[in-house]
Amino acid sequence: MAELMYREALNQALAEEMERDANVFLIGEEVGRYNGAFKVSQGLLDKFGSARIIDAPISELGFTGMAAGAAMVGLRPVVEMMTWNFAILAMDQIVNNAAKLRHMSGGQLRCPIVFRGPGGAGGRLSSQHSQALEANYAHFPGLKVIAPATPADAKGLLKAAIRDENPVVMIEGERLYAVKGEVPEGEHVVPIGKADVKREGKDVSIITWSRMYYFCEEAAQQLEKEGISVEILDLRTLRPLDEEAILATVRKTNRAVVVEEGWALAGVGASVVDIIQSKAFDELDAPVLRVTGLDVNMSYAANLENATQPDAAKIAAAVKKVLYREGA
Amino acid sequence: MASPYSKELLLTMYRKMYLIRRFEERAGQQYGLGKIAGFCHLYIGQEATAVGAIEAIRPDDYMLSAYRDHGQPLARGADAGMVMAELFGRGTGYSKGKGGSMHIFDIEHHFYGGYGIVGGQIPLAAGMAFASRYRNEDRVTVCYFGDAAANQGAFHETLNMASKWKLPVIYICENNRYGMGTAVGRTSAVPEMYKRAVAYDMRGEPVDGMDCLKMYETVKDAAEYCRAGKGPVLLEANTYRFRGHSMADPATYRSKQEVEEERKNDPIPKIKDFALKKKLAKEEEFDVIDEEVKAQVDAAVKFADESPEPSVEELWRDTIVEPGEEDVRPRERVLGTKVKWPSYPSGKELKVTWDLEPRAQAEKEDKKAGLAR
Repeated sequence: MAELMYREALNQALAEEMERDANVFLIGEEVGRYNGAFKVSQGLLDKFGSARIIDAPISELGFTGMAAGAAMVGLRPVVEMMTWNFAILAMDQIVNNAAKLRHMSGGQLRCPIVFRGPGGAGGRLSSQHSQALEANYAHFPGLKVIAPATPADAKGLLKAAIRDENPVVMIEGERLYAVKGEVPEGEHVVPIGKADVKREGKDVSIITWSRMYYFCEEAAQQLEKEGISVEILDLRTLRPLDEEAILATVRKTNRAVVVEEGWALAGVGASVVDIIQSKAFDELDAPVLRVTGLDVNMSYAANLENATQPDAAKIAAAVKKVLYREGA
Repeated sequence: MASPYSKELLLTMYRKMYLIRRFEERAGQQYGLGKIAGFCHLYIGQEATAVGAIEAIRPDDYMLSAYRDHGQPLARGADAGMVMAELFGRGTGYSKGKGGSMHIFDIEHHFYGGYGIVGGQIPLAAGMAFASRYRNEDRVTVCYFGDAAANQGAFHETLNMASKWKLPVIYICENNRYGMGTAVGRTSAVPEMYKRAVAYDMRGEPVDGMDCLKMYETVKDAAEYCRAGKGPVLLEANTYRFRGHSMADPATYRSKQEVEEERKNDPIPKIKDFALKKKLAKEEEFDVIDEEVKAQVDAAVKFADESPEPSVEELWRDTIVEPGEEDVRPRERVLGTKVKWPSYPSGKELKVTWDLEPRAQAEKEDKKAGLAR
């Protein structure tokens, strides 16, 4: 198996799917001649030409809606958001059109489209360029929302998203593009809606997704030295949530911490906790805790930026608290 | 002088406009009776803009509209009973009662919907036109929107792309002089919407939207222009709605005299007078059409009224497409009529030959500018 960067895995998925199906095209800012703001589309213009790798003007709402229109009549667009922060301008097209077309038409229309691009905090970019926005999209019926942590999942989920008959929002980790991992070659499709146990453990479950997985892994390794065995469930898909996997891990360890990069209020993690307390309350040996981004806007200053985000230490502290260990 | 228009065309236009008029009058009445709820934006007065355009294009050309969207599907051949049933919120409606007045969809007749967010359908239309070019089909897309939508970012962003990429789309701005209750001049720096095409180096022209034949000629010409790959067209159909913005609007922001004056311009008697004057049809022939249409609309109301509400299980359908799930074909589902459903080439059959930015030309330009590739 080849070791690829997260961005290379995405590139491979795009190239393979475009090869397989001529209805697939990519549109976004700088995806063509610039080879992608984050180099996800590197080399694709040369391979597929300008009708299929389309450099869009900086008109997020315009080109997002245009792609949705193309999907309504049978094409399979992939829309690259340079970052999800800019996609806020396109939100009307994603949630009021793409997500509702099938419903409003009583099942006549479908909108097979992928909206993808980097999300998440960090990189000293201050408030407007540094936020985890997946909860916004997970809120809407009619959308599927995926957020892979590893290069292998990135490839497999993007392939599944392109083949899906529904609009899929794919939040990639902006800080994950250079992360390396083993990626199966060719036909590797990760089903949407299936969480993955990334680390087996027996004392406590950490439930998370995307970049936070790496902080959780770091915390788990530290905790292991203290004799605490942590299981990590990577949700991978945020809508629909894999209830079965969430309940299975909680039933196994009887304790859970939910880790989320975004803000606590109305976050995806709140729904995970709701599933646990309403369907597995009797299995719990402690209240479920959440570790989230602080309820403030992101600062530029390095120390403030760090303080705003979850990290391994905060996660480890939460784990000890649900285990009623001292010091937490 | 002889008429350049056939009797058949004139009578078809008359019939369709008269159908929309009667349908809308009955819809207004049913709203008053509480059978129709929500927003109900009537098209009365604007019939010529739909019918003139629809007769000028092919049945397989794509079309979409905003929330004043009962007229276009009717003119394209949608079943009046099923449109009325949708307004009644019944399971036999085009969207099984899930869309209502603002979201009529009839994909069988290539009517890709009514949309409730002002200007939100404008980019969708460009995307449909993009798909036609991508697949090397000579279809055009006709997109309706109101004067107020021309002040939305979606309009400007889309016109820029449509013109740059020469997309075969005809934008018909139905300027009925009011964005809800606000006269167009009060909020628009340039109230002549067709002039905005200049900013995007595209063809733009005004047309008398109260005259079905002028609409027909203008759209016919625009469609040829689009099919020839010359790019998009922005038409401003100057029209007038005789009723308020929606059934909830008594339209007190305009004077009685203004409405009276505009009513003299009614497009329906206009086309009838034309046909009579050219001796292409007799008064009696129109009487027959009137009676047939009235019966058709009566039957539509009866059908809607007698139709059941959608089953509660319907709540859980049509949000997500399940693997292998077929699309719903409304007339087939409700009336048992066999319909031809649009099909799209699979990725294996499709050969994309179009170039948005031809490489040779781009390389030449780069070289001239001293840029590396």
